[in-house]
Amino acid sequence: MKPDAHWLRRTVLTLAVVAISVAPTAAETASSEWKVTDFLLSNGMEVVIIPDRRAPIVTHMVWYKVGSADELPGKSGIAHFFEHLMFKATTSHATGEFDRAVAAIGGSNNAFTSYDYTAFHETVAPEALEQMMGFEADRMRNLILNDEVIATERDVVLEERRSRVDSNPDALLEEEVSATLYQNQPYRIPVIGWMQEIEKLNKTDAKLFYDRYYTPNNAVLVVAGDVEPDAVKAMAERTYGKVARGPDLPPRLRPVEPEQNTMRAVTLTDARVNVPSFSTQWVVPSYNTAKPGEAEALDLLAEILGGGSRSRLYQELVVKKGIAASAGASFAGTMLDDTSFSVYGAPRGDASLDQVEEAVKAEVVRIARDGVSADELEKAKNRFVRSMIFARDRQSSMANIYGSTLATGGTVEDVEKWPERIRKATAEDVRAAARYLVPDHATTGYLLPEAQTGN
Amino acid sequence: MTYLRLARKRLIFPSIVLFLSAFFLILPTLTARAAVTIQEVKSEKGITAWLVEDYSVPIIALRFVFDGGSTQDPDGKEGLANLMTGLFDEGAGDLDSDAFQERLDDAGAEMRISEGRDGISGAMRMLAEQKDEALDLLRLAIEKPRFDQAPIDRIRGQILAGITAGERDPNTAAETEWRRAVYGSHPYSRPSEGTKKSLATITADDLRAFHKATFARSGLHIAVVGAIDAKTLQRELDQLFGGLPEKQSLEQVLDADLKLGQQLQVTYDLPQTSIQMAFPGVKRSAPEFYAATLMNEILGGGTFTSRLFEEVREKRGLAYSIDSGLSNLEHASSLIVTTATRADRAIETLAVVRDAIKHTADEGPTEAELAAAKKYLVGAYAINNLDSSGAIASTLIGLQLNGLGIDYMDRRAGLIDSVTLDEVKAVAKRLLSVEPAVMVVGPALTDGSKG
Repeated sequence: MKPDAHWLRRTVLTLAVVAISVAPTAAETASSEWKVTDFLLSNGMEVVIIPDRRAPIVTHMVWYKVGSADELPGKSGIAHFFEHLMFKATTSHATGEFDRAVAAIGGSNNAFTSYDYTAFHETVAPEALEQMMGFEADRMRNLILNDEVIATERDVVLEERRSRVDSNPDALLEEEVSATLYQNQPYRIPVIGWMQEIEKLNKTDAKLFYDRYYTPNNAVLVVAGDVEPDAVKAMAERTYGKVARGPDLPPRLRPVEPEQNTMRAVTLTDARVNVPSFSTQWVVPSYNTAKPGEAEALDLLAEILGGGSRSRLYQELVVKKGIAASAGASFAGTMLDDTSFSVYGAPRGDASLDQVEEAVKAEVVRIARDGVSADELEKAKNRFVRSMIFARDRQSSMANIYGSTLATGGTVEDVEKWPERIRKATAEDVRAAARYLVPDHATTGYLLPEAQTGN
Repeated sequence: MTYLRLARKRLIFPSIVLFLSAFFLILPTLTARAAVTIQEVKSEKGITAWLVEDYSVPIIALRFVFDGGSTQDPDGKEGLANLMTGLFDEGAGDLDSDAFQERLDDAGAEMRISEGRDGISGAMRMLAEQKDEALDLLRLAIEKPRFDQAPIDRIRGQILAGITAGERDPNTAAETEWRRAVYGSHPYSRPSEGTKKSLATITADDLRAFHKATFARSGLHIAVVGAIDAKTLQRELDQLFGGLPEKQSLEQVLDADLKLGQQLQVTYDLPQTSIQMAFPGVKRSAPEFYAATLMNEILGGGTFTSRLFEEVREKRGLAYSIDSGLSNLEHASSLIVTTATRADRAIETLAVVRDAIKHTADEGPTEAELAAAKKYLVGAYAINNLDSSGAIASTLIGLQLNGLGIDYMDRRAGLIDSVTLDEVKAVAKRLLSVEPAVMVVGPALTDGSKG
């Protein structure tokens, strides 16, 4: 929750990439060079191909439409734990064989889990693409789970939790802020899971999870790179196409948030903290739940209010008033359900945390009351639109944008038309979006130093 | 809130560990189809840049490095280079801070100048159609930074807030202690962000003097990638850098004599114990550099197949992150091993790590491991170093800084392939038989068998 913490910085950064760097419009690319191909295999697996012929590299990703927010009560962490287990032996390949095959060709591979999706990816030379598809299609259904690998890998995940959360006051606070912000939605539960629940995850949990969610009709294949769409299609049919369709999953309808009528505060005092900080969050619509244009307006609001050093919060608090070391805002738009909008700050010099929090609040009130200027809006739009051109410079950025959008209810067209929709947003749309930021109905996390006797 | 199967761990001592850095690690070769053709471009005034023309995306990435960096901070003025790099978008020429930033935003360009121990790096990413405005602002920033008092005080205030924030953090304490213990009186032992005391003494004149001494053409390295041709770049180079002084005036920095063979501990009640070990490394220019790189890859390098990964994580589940990496600063080389493990199994983890290292020192890798590591390092080049315009430009700068030659990419596979098993065994024995410096951060180790 503290913006200058490793944990949150990483998160904010990720969100910024997803929210801001979206694909170019048809008008901007014109040529068919960047034309995205999108189709379904007969078993229901969706395929997206993004050409990028600049280097002999291809990024291959499989996105499963399942994340921590789909877990059963009491089984928190199973989505992420299962992601780890996907690197174990299958009926055709020993543990580590896939990793060794990737390493042997100088490739890179990894996987990640979030609230709404789990993705596995390899970056290799195009010649190795079909081999990667073969491995990936194999582990979609043929994993062997035994108690011994489960016990060892569970220890690894427990260390991961200790390392990323329990050792880090910012992360501990953020976890409990989320559990307070979301009273009903599953985003209240951390992706990595609660310690006492991870400890009990077992083979039965893993098997149930695997059989339910790891099917071609619950997956999106994203291939970005120096490839021919027809050839990729043929390869996909030869590999993934052989995997039997799984049972149809019900729509991903999860509990939604009740209206928030209170001000909630979560405080963590820690001996390692020496400069206090705060973050205030609200539940707002995501791209998937918003009315048309609303999520775009929230993105622009976050950018104008606190997106960088030209933003209102930075200019007012850091530059003009000189009371903050940092101040900003962020909106996590690429989510399946309603999501969070946050503002944050930390003092510098003799200023107090109260002063910073009050000044942040004043800017929130001002933007909701008076809206934004035409100039601010135009500049924010320009930044978003050009960020999409910059995104094309990195193949994996493009693959991530399409994958995360498609795994959270969006379409290829949603990605392609995003710049047009951003361009259409009006100052009134942005002001309307700011009405979600009700100061008295918010959740605030405070990270505080332990009281000291003189310093 | 994304969880990776393996995040590159958060380094508790980032100042000395630079592994996976395109600058210093081995730079693998391209496959035959690689589209990267490097041109050397020399301007009328004699300024040289390496250029990769690429029009597939209408952008240009420019990188440059001036030799020097925070090792050049005068005694008592630690943090000078770092503070200076925070001020290049805070006013230049006739433009004050606000006007400069507004123009940069209008130009659609991103500019970042940052301090390293051995150099000051600059990066600009711009839209090709707005390159003239963008480069004009970069020229102003490089040549005529204003160092106005208000931005100096503000940026200094932010750096001070960062220093204050870390004062009670055991990892920050460990980093400070590690630097002092390993580097002794060498400039690398100093905090590059400075101290409260040193920052208070820095004036605008100090910044101007530092700028004048380091921003000069004799210590300049440039790489450009994107939608620009050689002729245009020639002109731009003279515009950008032609107004700078000819010669840098740098203090000589000697090679550091690393103090290994010591046990350091920051005792703190944490759920995990972090362990960092430093062994000797090899200079980038040393003949055995490639053998050492292969050895490191096998021991604990960047894949999921290393010995340390296998022993510590895969077989025993003792840790989430376990890595080794070569660090090559200009004046210090080392091999660093890091991990973090649950506190009650720290002694066991240390023993497993030490065993794997001893085994590698005594026996070296197998022929099969060496063959696999060669294949990985040869093949991984494009993916690790050339996946965006900025990455390509950084890689080219790294080649220049290390004096590797414009044809290095063509030669690299041969350099790796020619390494013999005996050479890898020899370097493993030489580096890994030395008693390392060990830092342990966490609860006291219970049976007293420190490190």
